[in-house]
Amino acid sequence: MFAALANPQRFMALSRWFAPLLGAGAVACALAGLWLGFAAPEDYQQGDTVRMMFIHVPAAWLSMFAYACLAGASFFGLVFRHPLADAAARAAAPLGAGFTFLALLTGSLWGKPMWGTWWVWDARLTSVLVLFLFYLAYIALQAAIEDETKAARAGAILALVGAVNLPIVKFSVDWWSTLHQTASVLRAGGPAMPAVYLAPLLLMGLAYTLTFGALWQVRVRAEVWRRRAAVLQLRNAG
Amino acid sequence: MLDLDMGKYAAFVWPSFAASLVVIGWMVADSLLRARKWRKAVERLEQDAPPR
Amino acid sequence: MRPLGILLRRELALAWGGGGGPLLALAFYACVATLLPLAVGSEPQRLAAIAPGSAFLALALASLLPLERLFERDYEDGALDLLALGGPPLELVCAVKCLAQWIATGAPLALLAPVVAIGLGAPPKLAFAIVASALLAGAGFAFVGGLGAALALGARRGGLLIAVIVLPLFAPPVIFGAGAIEAVAQGLNPLPALAYLAAYCLAAVAAGPVAMAAACRNALS
Repeated sequence: MFAALANPQRFMALSRWFAPLLGAGAVACALAGLWLGFAAPEDYQQGDTVRMMFIHVPAAWLSMFAYACLAGASFFGLVFRHPLADAAARAAAPLGAGFTFLALLTGSLWGKPMWGTWWVWDARLTSVLVLFLFYLAYIALQAAIEDETKAARAGAILALVGAVNLPIVKFSVDWWSTLHQTASVLRAGGPAMPAVYLAPLLLMGLAYTLTFGALWQVRVRAEVWRRRAAVLQLRNAG
Repeated sequence: MLDLDMGKYAAFVWPSFAASLVVIGWMVADSLLRARKWRKAVERLEQDAPPR
Repeated sequence: MRPLGILLRRELALAWGGGGGPLLALAFYACVATLLPLAVGSEPQRLAAIAPGSAFLALALASLLPLERLFERDYEDGALDLLALGGPPLELVCAVKCLAQWIATGAPLALLAPVVAIGLGAPPKLAFAIVASALLAGAGFAFVGGLGAALALGARRGGLLIAVIVLPLFAPPVIFGAGAIEAVAQGLNPLPALAYLAAYCLAAVAAGPVAMAAACRNALS
């Protein structure tokens, strides 16, 4: 598998059909998830706001997953010095930042009717905000350094240092007493949620993940073409 | 069958969905446009290749 | 060890010498602290409630000031190239630079911190806790700040970029350092918060120089 990813030609050939496939899968899962999500009964405690769980939780899952991908790609780029890995890291950042922003925004809109407040500085919300700031810092760092290779390596170091925030985000609701509820899905003992909510949630989670997968490939393709264009420009000029 | 009446929560639920659609839509559009822009640039530069 | 000792003396001399290094950070600290009552309102009770925390916040911000020049001076005049090539490993060189930063800037700021906090209305009995917490956190600020400085070498708008990189990383020491002071203020045990703070700072001291050296080599390549 890594051979396909390491070789730009093979990556382009693979992503040519794999990216649209993931995209189609994402749309299908989203439609199914939204259908089930709105067909589900309203929660006895949360009323209709429970529908927001189907877009808030997947966004939060992706905010962390995207960062893990970013950190993983950074690690490969740093260790194996492969430009495709650098491109993958750089490509994941805006997507992850977008998902994190959505997690924060939908969470705030869910918190107002449920908790009575748009925001609270508990461990979960604060650590996700810090995650968002890490994304911004990563993007800012890459943008500020002109030499691409240097920018990629500096970004990789920052991404790996910031990866320590991920377990903090995940376990913040367990380690500290927070207003944000504790884990209901990814926990020891299995999910603690009725199937009528769990099914649309997992479908939307899959939809969001497939969306990220598809868009990530598209952005890396764009990067491959951009580098090719730069090379061609030099060749044509010379 | 599909319960679309959110009652008093409508002001929170629908903006959340709208925002999600907008942000994800932006991610999709930006990614696809970016890919198309550079693919076209490569095609153009390959056409302009000086004769060998 | 001798070359490192010489390097440490050089770094301290540079920090204290030209341009009044720590004085600038101390003045900035005092200015931010002065702005706080103007922003929040000088009502004593409200100010006293946030005094230890805001003193800690201002401390973190003031620690940012000397960072831009930490590596930049040597990077620009070629000394960093020599440091990277010869003698002690670059990791130790970076560690010594951060240590000098802690001694030259972190320690004076830590000594000013109780004055600032008490000036903002914190009870004087917290003075020792504030100094201890600020001193310990200062190590974290210096080593993490050094990492930011190394990453931003050769980048545009270095100063602001360092702040953007480093401030999210400053969150844990601010949380735990201010938390330890709050614990003492409320009569609770400050040791858990101090333990987390110490753990963070140890991690920063141990891992920071490795990342810093990698970042420096990247900038020099």
